[in-house]
Amino acid sequence: MSSIYEHIGGAPAMDAAVDLFYRHVLSDERICHWFDDVDMARQAAKQKAFLTMAFGGPNNYTGKDMRVGHAHLVARGLNDSHFNAVAENLKKTMEELKVPANLISEALAVAESTRNDVLGR
Amino acid sequence: MPEIRLGDSLYSCGNGETVLECLERHGVAIPSSCRSGVCQTCLMRALSGDPGSLAKQGLRETLQAQNYFMSCVCRPAENLGVALPDQAGLRTRGRIVEKTFLNERIVRLRYAMDTPVDYRAGQFMNLIGPLGDVRSYSLVSVPGVDEFLEFHILLLPGGRVSGWAYTQAAVGDESEMLGPHGACFYVGGRPEQPMLLAGTGTGLAPLYGIVRDALSQGHTGPIHLYHGALKASALYLVDELRAMAATHPNFNYVPCVFHPEGAAEGMQIGDIKRIVLDREGGVAGWRVFLCGDPELVRELQRACFKAGAGLRDILADSFLPNRSPSKPA
Repeated sequence: MSSIYEHIGGAPAMDAAVDLFYRHVLSDERICHWFDDVDMARQAAKQKAFLTMAFGGPNNYTGKDMRVGHAHLVARGLNDSHFNAVAENLKKTMEELKVPANLISEALAVAESTRNDVLGR
Repeated sequence: MPEIRLGDSLYSCGNGETVLECLERHGVAIPSSCRSGVCQTCLMRALSGDPGSLAKQGLRETLQAQNYFMSCVCRPAENLGVALPDQAGLRTRGRIVEKTFLNERIVRLRYAMDTPVDYRAGQFMNLIGPLGDVRSYSLVSVPGVDEFLEFHILLLPGGRVSGWAYTQAAVGDESEMLGPHGACFYVGGRPEQPMLLAGTGTGLAPLYGIVRDALSQGHTGPIHLYHGALKASALYLVDELRAMAATHPNFNYVPCVFHPEGAAEGMQIGDIKRIVLDREGGVAGWRVFLCGDPELVRELQRACFKAGAGLRDILADSFLPNRSPSKPA
C-alpha cells in the first residue's frame, strides 16, 4: 500500500471519508461557524479534493487555489488555531478509518504544507 | 478521432485528449479547478454519446442519471454531444388543460405539452409569464404516470407570474417554458432505503411528486413526509395525502402547523424543524429530500447530515425568491 488513498479503497471510498471529516468539522464548535453560510454540496466537493490530495490520490494542487479560496476568510480572522482544529479533525477521521499511524503522519505533513497558503502568508 | 459537439460547433478530439483539454485547445473557456475528476467545477452534460463511467465516478446519482460528467477526466471513445450546465435546458411550449385552486393562495396548473419533456418529478421548469418574466416551478407530475405537466403556484404579493397564474390564466392558454433543471428527484435501485421528506408551503409540490414517483417505482422502505405551514388553512392536499397513507402502509404523512388555530386531529403543532428532529432520531442510511423555505432547508440539511445521513443522500431544493435562469435561451 503506497498511499492512504489506496489503503481506504480509492475513489469509491472517498465520499464516506468526506462525510466523516465534514461531520466532525461541522460538529466542532471552534470552527463550525466558518461553514455557516456555505453550500454544503459545493463545500463537500472541495473537501473531497483536499482529502484526495492529503491522502496521496490524484490531484493538481496549486497553492494559489488554496490562497485565493481562503483569502476572504483570512480577511475575517481565519488563523492558526482554526487550521489546527481542522488538522485535528483530519487526524480523527483517519484514525476512524483505521489508517496506519505512519500514513496518518504523512497525510498530516501534506496538510501542514498548505498552512501558509491557506492563511495567506 | 471522436468529435465533440458543443452548441453548433464541432471540435475534433486528439488522441488521449480529455473533453476539457480539447475544448480549451480550441479556445473555448470552460471553468475548471482540480482537473482530476474530483471538484466538479468542469461539469458538463452529455446530450448524445457515452462519456464513460470514470467521468461520472463520484457524482451524485441524480446527476449521473442525467448524463452529467466531469470533462477533465473524460477521454471520449465515441462522438459526444455536450452542453454546459446552464445550456442544458430546452425550450418547450404547453397549453393549460386544467386549473384548480388547492387552497386560498395555491393554484394548480396542468399543461399538455407540444413535445414530450424528459423530466423527473421534483425537478423544475422555468415558466415564462405572458410579460416575459421567468419563474421556476417544481414538477409535481410523474412521467409515465401523468400525461400532463403539473405545477403548484403560490400567489405572492405583487407576483408577476403567480398573479397571472392565479387570476388570469385559463384553460387553453399557452406558456413557453425552459428546462427541466434540478437534481432533487427520486432515483430507483435502492427500494428498501428509508426516505425522509420535509418542506414548507409549495415545497410540498416536488415532494409530492417524488413520493408518487417512488411509490410508482415500487419503493418498499418507509417514506416519511412532513409538510409544514403557518396555519392549517395554508396546508393543502391533506385529504389526498391521508388517502395515500391509508393505501400505502410504508408511507407516513405528518402535517405540521405553527399556529394551533384550526388544526385538525393528527396535525403536529410547532416548528416543523423541531417536529422532524424530535420524531426522527438517527437518519444514518436514509435518503433525505428538503424543499421550500431556504432557511429551513439549510438548517435541516445540516441537522440531517450531523444525524448521520450521507451528504450525497441529502437532496435539497431551496425556493429562492425570483429564482430564474442566468440567461433565458
